[in-house]
Amino acid sequence: MVLRTWAVCFFLAAGISAAPAQQQTPPDQQNTQTQGQKNSTSPNQQQGAQANPQNSEAVREAIRNFLAIGAPPNPEAVKRGQAIFVSTCGFCHGPNATGGAQGPNLVRSTVVLHDQGTGKEIGPVVHNGRPGKGMPSFPNFTDAQIHDIAQFLLGRTQAAANRMEYSIQNIVTGSPQTGQAYFQAHCSTCHSAAGDLAHIATKYEPVALEGRFLYPGNSHEFGMGPPPDPRAEKHVTVTLPSGATYSGVLAHLDDFSVALRESSGVYRSWVFDDVKGIKVEVQDPLAEHLKLLHQYSDADMHNILAYLETLK
Amino acid sequence: MKLKAVTLLLFLLPLPLAAQGLDPSAILHPAPGSWPTYNGDYSGRRFSPLKQINAANVKDLHLAWLYHASTGPGALPFGQEIKSTPLEVDGVLYFTIPDHAWAVDARTGREIWHYKWQSQGGIHTGNRGVAIYHDWLYFETPDDHLICLDKNTGKLRWAVVIADLDLEYFSTPAPLVVNNHIIVGVGGDSLDVPGYLEARDPETGAVQWRFNTEPSPGQPGSETWPNAQAMEHGGGMTWLTGTYDPDLNLLYWGTGNPNPVHAPQSRKGDNLYTCSIVALNPDNGKLVWYFQASPHDTHDWDDVEEPVLFDAEVNGKPRKLIAQAARNGYFFVLDRTNGEHLVTSKFDPDLNWSEGVNEKGQPIPNPAKQPQTDGTLVNPASDGATNWPPPSFDPQSGLFYVSSTPSYSVYYLTDTSAHPEGYGGRDSIVWAESALVALDYKTGNIRWRHVYPGDGGSLSGILTTAGKLLFTGDPSGNFIAFDPETGRPLWHVGLTSTVSNGPMTYELDGKQYLVVGAGENLYAFTAPSGGK
Repeated sequence: MVLRTWAVCFFLAAGISAAPAQQQTPPDQQNTQTQGQKNSTSPNQQQGAQANPQNSEAVREAIRNFLAIGAPPNPEAVKRGQAIFVSTCGFCHGPNATGGAQGPNLVRSTVVLHDQGTGKEIGPVVHNGRPGKGMPSFPNFTDAQIHDIAQFLLGRTQAAANRMEYSIQNIVTGSPQTGQAYFQAHCSTCHSAAGDLAHIATKYEPVALEGRFLYPGNSHEFGMGPPPDPRAEKHVTVTLPSGATYSGVLAHLDDFSVALRESSGVYRSWVFDDVKGIKVEVQDPLAEHLKLLHQYSDADMHNILAYLETLK
Repeated sequence: MKLKAVTLLLFLLPLPLAAQGLDPSAILHPAPGSWPTYNGDYSGRRFSPLKQINAANVKDLHLAWLYHASTGPGALPFGQEIKSTPLEVDGVLYFTIPDHAWAVDARTGREIWHYKWQSQGGIHTGNRGVAIYHDWLYFETPDDHLICLDKNTGKLRWAVVIADLDLEYFSTPAPLVVNNHIIVGVGGDSLDVPGYLEARDPETGAVQWRFNTEPSPGQPGSETWPNAQAMEHGGGMTWLTGTYDPDLNLLYWGTGNPNPVHAPQSRKGDNLYTCSIVALNPDNGKLVWYFQASPHDTHDWDDVEEPVLFDAEVNGKPRKLIAQAARNGYFFVLDRTNGEHLVTSKFDPDLNWSEGVNEKGQPIPNPAKQPQTDGTLVNPASDGATNWPPPSFDPQSGLFYVSSTPSYSVYYLTDTSAHPEGYGGRDSIVWAESALVALDYKTGNIRWRHVYPGDGGSLSGILTTAGKLLFTGDPSGNFIAFDPETGRPLWHVGLTSTVSNGPMTYELDGKQYLVVGAGENLYAFTAPSGGK
């Protein structure tokens, strides 16, 4: 066994252990190239999307493209169509077209989905009714009115299909007092309400704030999350066989190499196979966040958020 | 000289078999060194008997060729990746990116043809590859067509619609040839449409049979749904290529999550046959047995991950087994003749959403960990503890290998109405890491687990070989050969991006090639001096 010191430590600590590897370098950015079928580029995974207004139009457009949602309906037509729909169709089909007293859900109706906002498919159904199924006819609607209803239904369909625009409801449901006690016991070594967290609740929407205290290293792939926090950066000290040491912000680490950026801005890297006996020590300021992440109950999470929300 | 003349003549004679392309019987018993179907063979083991590239020489592997798959203008906003596993048939590789198929010389990496489908839309998240039947090549498209090309020329033979694009279906799997059936699956859970699997005629594309994920009212399984409406909109997509046992004549396929995805209030019950492995008769599509990995799923954990077939001993008795590392974080081993449950274990050690395992070996979902309006913290995230990237079973080590992303996400219920739609909720991932996990099929225990030091959750497919090697990728873009027994890296090379498909291997003219996709590039490696 001529394994290098670092390598022994490394494999024992994290590489070949069945235990969770706390010593391991946790990611500070999500690589959202994970290869999930529906979320593979994972707009779904972004923080701070609670209110969605902070989504730039470009981001929203990108998400629409990813989800293959067609051009949005005309907003004026939607407004007119909604008014007609609610008054005339809403009793049976529900005011949101999700189904009502007698009529089916139209948002996921095949006829409506084939119509694509044109009125061509739904027009004959509206004009002629469906006597066999108890739907009356509405022969007096003009083509323009049918088109407006179709535009309203297209908007409803797109809203259902575009999960990135779903609104998250109130998530501040915990006990601020209990959350404060948790904070004092577990967080106050590094953070304080009067110091670094002063007015934190005014800086982030609740969902973003929740994600941030759970683990403050979120992806910023679509520019939707909070800006990177330099306090979350990992540092590394590299000791060479000669005894020379180099320290800086960890620029990269994998099983085969390490790279850092010194405070001067100089970038250095080493390949482990080429520098026998190299020692690599990573200082991870988020290690405690990761430890707690494995421990939180949902009540803890809600209580901590409720407490942080008091820091206006 | 005489000998040479004879040899030359031999090559000039047309080979009758080659003229007929790939007979389906050649997939039953693939010639060692060929790769005629998505998983290399029907078993899904992704274990190659080749060993010219082996633990002794792997450190000297070198690049034989590199092919850049350019899709040309009109590229999509989210980038194009080779997620398909190439097929190797008669010295040619066939692979895809959504709307595109290529034939590339397997010896040299030179392009033979490139086919582009004019898309009408659909989610372009990925395509897993092609199927070949005689001289015909088949692949699916985001706009729900099954395309049939002449594999020799890349010319379109026909295209048929296999799902309704307006209903938000999109199609990604590599079709599977079983006898004279082209098995095609579908995807899409934006708008609560039902899942199904079809067999199509290889000559015409016509439907031969259809298996519906949801039963009809009154049929067995319908008691796991509250009403017909819920079943008609119940989801359960069939978006990843399954496996096949020719001796039992059973086709094994995984089904996706139920719909609405995160809002379950309108679909109380187990929701069969979503999130299940279903064993079907490939001649008529009839259900023979099933095993549901996630009863009443609310976390988007499709159970489509590869159901891998192997024969091995359990408690001293030889058994015909089927094993799956599921997106929900559990590892299952069953008897594939009848679905009898043998082993359930966690390969994601920190998963926190179940209350244990029932007598049938199924996890029992904890209702408190269903999406909540104010959020619930769940391990793993909706992308799962693993996903579609292919796992591998190595009969030499007796271990099952899976690429894993332990992760935490907060799941929010956004639609609290009695009749929710679509996803009805969303999840917000807060943390993920990546690990390669080796599992003992007899116990389900983790034999070793290699956590990558790189950033974030990233999954890559796995290949094992008789050369005592395991090939896969890490989150940093390294393509790595591991010792399958210990999890120790033996060789690596940095690619332009993370490994994006399942690596594969083949042998031509006495030389073993190892091929892997990373982003838009396909790399081929060979042993020093071709192993000679």
